[in-house]
Amino acid sequence: MSGDSKRGFTRRDLVRGSLVGVIAAGAGVKTSEAAGSRLGPGPAPLELLVNGTRHRLSVEPRVTLVDALRERIGLTGTKVVCGRGACGACTVLLDGEAVCSCLTLAHEVAGRPITTIEGIATDGRLAPIQEAFIAADALQCGFCTSGMVLSCKRLLDENPKPTREEIREAVSGNLCRCGTYNHVFDAVERAAGLRNAEGGSRKAETTDAIAYRLPPAAYRLESDNRVETATAEALDEEA
Amino acid sequence: MSDSIRLGFNGNFQARELSIESGDPVPWDPSTKFSLVGTRVPRLDGKAKTTGEARYAIDVRLPGMQYGKILRSPLAAATVKTIDLSAARRSPGVRACLALAEPGEKIRFAGQEIAAVAAESPELAEDALRQIRVEYEPRPFVVELEAAKAPNAPLVFEGEAETRTSAGEVESAKKGLSRKGNVLGPRLTNKGDIEDGFRQADAVVEGTYATQVQTHSALETHGLVAKWDGDELTVWASTQGIFSVRDELAQSLKIPASKIRVITEYMGGGFGAKFGARIEGLAAARLAREAGAPVKLFLDRKEEQLATGNRPSSVQWIKAGATKDGKLTALHLVVHGTGGTNGGTGTSGPAKNVYACPNLKVEEYDVFTNAGPATAMRAPGHPQGSFALEATMDELAARLGIDPLEFRMRNDPSEVRREQMRIGAEKIGWSSRDRRRQTEDPAIRRGVGVGAAVWYNTGGTGPRATVTINKDGSAELEHGVQDLGTGSRTMVAIVAAEELGLPLEKVSVRIGDTRMPYGPDSGGSTTTPSSAPTIRRAAYQAKQRLAAAVAKQWKVPPEKVVLEAGTISVPGDGQHRLSWEQACKLLPDEGVSATAERAENHDDAWKRFISGAQFAEVAVDIETGKVSVERVVAVHDCGLAINALTTESQIQGGVIQGLSYALFENRLLDRATGRMVNPNVEQYKIAGSLDVPEIEVVVVPVWDGVNNTHSTGIGEPATVPTAGAIANAVSHAVGARITRLPITPEDVLAAVEAARKGGRA
Repeated sequence: MSGDSKRGFTRRDLVRGSLVGVIAAGAGVKTSEAAGSRLGPGPAPLELLVNGTRHRLSVEPRVTLVDALRERIGLTGTKVVCGRGACGACTVLLDGEAVCSCLTLAHEVAGRPITTIEGIATDGRLAPIQEAFIAADALQCGFCTSGMVLSCKRLLDENPKPTREEIREAVSGNLCRCGTYNHVFDAVERAAGLRNAEGGSRKAETTDAIAYRLPPAAYRLESDNRVETATAEALDEEA
Repeated sequence: MSDSIRLGFNGNFQARELSIESGDPVPWDPSTKFSLVGTRVPRLDGKAKTTGEARYAIDVRLPGMQYGKILRSPLAAATVKTIDLSAARRSPGVRACLALAEPGEKIRFAGQEIAAVAAESPELAEDALRQIRVEYEPRPFVVELEAAKAPNAPLVFEGEAETRTSAGEVESAKKGLSRKGNVLGPRLTNKGDIEDGFRQADAVVEGTYATQVQTHSALETHGLVAKWDGDELTVWASTQGIFSVRDELAQSLKIPASKIRVITEYMGGGFGAKFGARIEGLAAARLAREAGAPVKLFLDRKEEQLATGNRPSSVQWIKAGATKDGKLTALHLVVHGTGGTNGGTGTSGPAKNVYACPNLKVEEYDVFTNAGPATAMRAPGHPQGSFALEATMDELAARLGIDPLEFRMRNDPSEVRREQMRIGAEKIGWSSRDRRRQTEDPAIRRGVGVGAAVWYNTGGTGPRATVTINKDGSAELEHGVQDLGTGSRTMVAIVAAEELGLPLEKVSVRIGDTRMPYGPDSGGSTTTPSSAPTIRRAAYQAKQRLAAAVAKQWKVPPEKVVLEAGTISVPGDGQHRLSWEQACKLLPDEGVSATAERAENHDDAWKRFISGAQFAEVAVDIETGKVSVERVVAVHDCGLAINALTTESQIQGGVIQGLSYALFENRLLDRATGRMVNPNVEQYKIAGSLDVPEIEVVVVPVWDGVNNTHSTGIGEPATVPTAGAIANAVSHAVGARITRLPITPEDVLAAVEAARKGGRA
């Protein structure tokens, strides 16, 4: 994973950040401990601000952000795959930046805005990147998808019209074992295209319509045109 | 009942008599105008997976749930002397402890299970593991294949070979094969007369090809959540076979299968390693019983790398001969492979089943080493066998002075694959491949290579499904299959909706629960050809019951009622005509329902093999040895693809996994300590976004008539030829043969040097 693929985040930074976080926990982090006092080793209270909701919990200083999200708060959309910042499955947005929540301690990020995969749809409407992932089939088992979607969202937030190479870079820290990468690139291009076509607003294409059947032409991205499908008859009839 | 069915491909269809089981619909005719089958249907669980709502087994949280962890042997070979759990039991938050090995038991690989604990939090469970005291008596070990073959090598098994995982027993050991030291075999295949075959040959080549150990590395690790209610057990598992988990739990815990429920709603990848409850699943169930609370036990990445299975290594000596007009006369393959403490290392599938050769001899040996046991992995034996076979085909073609593609065409008995080869060759630009070798940059050479895929139409009987048509016109489908991420959930919905003539949103699908009608294990690419015909048959029968109900109201014989395109009518009778919804309103409150079993395969079908051809174009930096795969053309068939979109995704994935195998993945064991040195996903390198080429997928529809949907699986064939095609492309680029996977820069530079010396550069 290259440094700039995570917008300045590197594993080394995070490890260092984690240590600093522990040492400085009493001073810089919102906990109920008095400033300057040491946390732990037992559970200590803290407040996590996740997807705009405040969660009060009490965990040991060694508990990672991803464990706090998954096992304490119950937001299980964020996944753990490697546990050491090598795969990007646990990616969340912290102050808008993509970070590995398996390398981040919960206490270190108390009070700071965290966005998880559960938090990027608004009022029940999927974000364009989510819709594009579904339409382009940019997922198979779905276990890398949360991190992959967030890395792509982070990219599009900063760079609404990325090149294919920029997309490759942006998800280079996200490992997919099913091998959906080309469809992920397609999905990002699709989401970017939709935005541009609509002047920044989303096309009135409901999730339901996408979840079911649109004419094949609606899905045809550049790469899709290369695909010859199994039943030419069926497609000819539709076209 | 015998029906004349048109079967074939590419516009060439022949009528064939098939005997159709009573109650089974006849296979679709090639003229069928589908509304859903073969179109690009986004998967039904796409929303759940992109919003984080999808609940995988590892996401299950239950009140009072405890966290299980396993202690593993740090030694590659040892005898356990004592296991002391007393301090662990007193460790804070611990609710259950159990030994997984016994005093006197032999440990055969680093990572083997010793003991397990369950505690209130994952962190407290970790703390407790550190309190377990184990005394080992270390024993000599061997982790390398060649060293393990030596007469004086430490023995992995002193007595009968035995393994402890449920997912891959040593079948060969049971067949009474001879064993010398750590070497078991050979398993022999003989066809024709190999010596005679070589006498007929005008050209003979031989070579030795080696492949590494690859791990499955599914992103969701192995494990499950176990919850007891009295004597009933509910389990949420990450598995490729929910019924296989149920049956192993029942057997090992000695409780009736009927008391066990296994649920797999979503699943984070399998690739062959996730069958049965396995040791960690049994441990979770036993910990939960002792704790009197639900237990979640999932492995971490390191454990996943050490102990959950792998694709065995291979060393393949292969010798082949052909006549000067390019006809194979003899093929001799001798394979030694190590699957650690497991067998199953054969690689002969491609040699036996791709090219026609009248004289064939295969000798396959399993070599035991002190390493984690192999399990089935995506097309077991085939990527390794394909790599050696396709290299040999290139070498032999070169010796004969025949174009390697032409040489393959002359020996390929499959007309489907020959067509796939033609399509792929056109798209990759085969005819200009030699001209493209030299580039403007003197350091960059370009190469194009080809490989052939073979797989088998493996679906079969066993599965059942229930389809219900409700009074309001909606339909429900229940089928105990699991969706590994391959798109099974969407596939079964498409088949039901197609047969019923309903839009997809009118069909509700329930899968992934052993309380549902029996579904197939997902292995051997059998899911679609097992499930799809079952679903179609159940939908067909439910539809017939709807027709019967309507006929009764109309007081006409049921066989006169026809259901077509959302309309139910008696043809030629303007009086009797209803829309689907109107007809369903005539049903009783409970609607109509049919549970159907999958019919037998049609033995008289047109074709039973699945084919494929892949072409790879690479750019090789001959100064650094770096290989970039720039483009892959993958031409496949899977009978009839039910969902063109997810089929394409699986082929893409098969190619990428094959590329990753060809260039990067390599389980490394330290010969001094016997431990894996890269039990992670950064040093165990897996292809990432910067490594993947442009992949062009072409699917050739084949109406094979094996089952009523003509469908087969695609997961495995898609990964069979990739490594071979890439290795051939690299060999083409540098002008010397690549004989080992993964293709490291070091090996490339050695090949460049060999080409210089050999005058082939």
